[in-house]
Amino acid sequence: MKAKPRIAIYKMSSCAGCQLEFLNLEPVLLDVVGALDFSYFVMARRGNLPGPYDIGFVEGAITCGEEIEKLKQARKDCKMLVALGTCACYGGLPSIKNWVPQRVVEGLVYSDLSAIHSTKAYSIDQYVEVDAFLKGCPVNKDELVEFIKGALLGIRPYLRPHSVCVECKLHENVCLFTSKGEVCMGPVTTAGCGALCPSNAKACDGCRGPANDANTESLAHAFLAHGLHKNDIIRKFRKFAGLTPEFSKGVEVV
Amino acid sequence: MSGKHIRVDYLARVEGEAALDVRVRDGSITSLQLNVFEPPRFFQGFLVGRKYDEVPGIVSRICGICPVSHQLTSIMAIEDAMGVKVSRQTRDLRKLFALSQYIQSHALHIYLLAAPDFLGYESVLSMVPDHLQVVARALKLKRLGNDLTTLIGGREVHPVTAVVGGFTAIPSRADLLSIRERLVKAKADGLATIELIASLSLPDFQWDTEHVALTADGEYAVNAGRLLSNKGLDIPVWEYRGHIKEKHVPHSHALHSYIEGRGSFLVGPLARVNLNMARMMPEARQAAMDSGVFPSLNPFHSALARAVELVHSIEESILLIDRLEPVEEERDYVIQAGEGFAITEAPRGILYHSYRINDQGVVEAADIVSPTAHNVHNMEQDLWRFVPTVLDLPEEEATLKCEMVIRNYDPCFSCSAHFLKMKVDRG
Repeated sequence: MKAKPRIAIYKMSSCAGCQLEFLNLEPVLLDVVGALDFSYFVMARRGNLPGPYDIGFVEGAITCGEEIEKLKQARKDCKMLVALGTCACYGGLPSIKNWVPQRVVEGLVYSDLSAIHSTKAYSIDQYVEVDAFLKGCPVNKDELVEFIKGALLGIRPYLRPHSVCVECKLHENVCLFTSKGEVCMGPVTTAGCGALCPSNAKACDGCRGPANDANTESLAHAFLAHGLHKNDIIRKFRKFAGLTPEFSKGVEVV
Repeated sequence: MSGKHIRVDYLARVEGEAALDVRVRDGSITSLQLNVFEPPRFFQGFLVGRKYDEVPGIVSRICGICPVSHQLTSIMAIEDAMGVKVSRQTRDLRKLFALSQYIQSHALHIYLLAAPDFLGYESVLSMVPDHLQVVARALKLKRLGNDLTTLIGGREVHPVTAVVGGFTAIPSRADLLSIRERLVKAKADGLATIELIASLSLPDFQWDTEHVALTADGEYAVNAGRLLSNKGLDIPVWEYRGHIKEKHVPHSHALHSYIEGRGSFLVGPLARVNLNMARMMPEARQAAMDSGVFPSLNPFHSALARAVELVHSIEESILLIDRLEPVEEERDYVIQAGEGFAITEAPRGILYHSYRINDQGVVEAADIVSPTAHNVHNMEQDLWRFVPTVLDLPEEEATLKCEMVIRNYDPCFSCSAHFLKMKVDRG
């Protein structure tokens, strides 16, 4: 029998919600544990084992020098390196601070800044080559399982290229932008969440980052034409994935 | 004579990143540092300039294990700032929402993070072959908590429906009734959990620290109440900052909380059961009384308190579902400038949020103190007293025992960084 693939789960600057999604796979967790060897998973085990590993999942944004070193070592130790969730894929929510001088943000939390040495928040592919991106805040469990199956079978998993709008239409939701004038990021955001927010009468926040061929300029113009406030539009584009070229364009327009 | 060095570079089975370093020479501790090296993400900094209605979704991302607590606490602080009143239905749904997270988070900690220490395994993964039934029970309870969170919030990690004024979507009565059946059955699993934890032999270790919890008339306080302690603290939430302060210690990204004029304090399940046992639901209260343990000043009894709360949460969820017949409600309020405060009991203890909001609904200042941030100072104080009791043990065992002292708190270091790393140097 082939040896189980050795898995490593790394935490950078994050809330641990994406790695928790592994433990939240309860209905299939014992199967997953049967198929994979979680060699390095600090939140779940004490007896962690050294690399090399077959697949490394990296959660979180990179916000300090130590994390850059840890990430580079992870790249060396893992055959396949996966960005687990939006922080690792795009910088995520911590990247909101990137548009304010770092020392100003730090001064709002700590009085003595001498021991604080944070950088702006970046995605992991700014520093190392990444083999796959699992988007979402948190990462979607169905996609996670699909990815694991794909990796076990050696086939490419189906990760959605289209926008949240497509999934929203499939749910036959009333459009929050055209009917209520809400700043909904659905038209430009990667699907895969099942249009969760709009299906719960809440505008899309863009947490899964830009969809393929996202026309953010056009959407920003449409928001403006609808009378939406410039600052509200900028806040939406500079939230989970403000560093991406696509969402940056949305900001430039307004 | 010999020195010792207890050192844990990256504490396992906790949420987030911390290390412990204890140096002992001639039988006394020369230095003890719990270093939260979890990098700070500056939520309080980047909340400034964001709109009030974005806040719950943003603060949720402070923690993947207790997002519901951060969401609800921020919402209630903002409602306090803007003078928003909510319906009884909203208050009931919020409590059910919070209790769903107690079930998930407590099941996760009791079985997946803490139990391996007591049963002699490095992780729950290694328990599977020997204790399949225990693991299956754990997963069943955790899934129940997660499913209840999802039913109300749309998703278990970072749910989406809770907003200022109420909820964007509400669960149907039929769905509530169907999960009610599972809750009724789960009570036996909860009681079995208490039995398991009560059977463990624990270190006899206690000291007279201050225990702090919310307390309320007629209910086991979770989302509202006054702040009470076993040493005379009794204040409304808006007076929090007049009594509870923080200091920045050089060895940690977690600020250390203390009560003005006194010192460190303990928050969480043990403090809550100690102070509020009389207000627990009947079966949980009975089990707590039968244990003969509470009130207890032994932090190792936190695990039992957590198990008792698991049963309480199941019982009260059933009670809430029985009186809920959810109907769509208007969320009617006006944006106005103000400053607001809220404290809730998150699974790990009291969580404080406060915001100052301008007349455009934009955040001008944010102040957040998580349960683990409240507890870090007290964890160090525990260790100062605990380490001398384990110095005769072999290094590996002493280190494990020290880790257990920290895991008693179910720490969430992501929440606290502002926040924890362990090394013990006995050399």
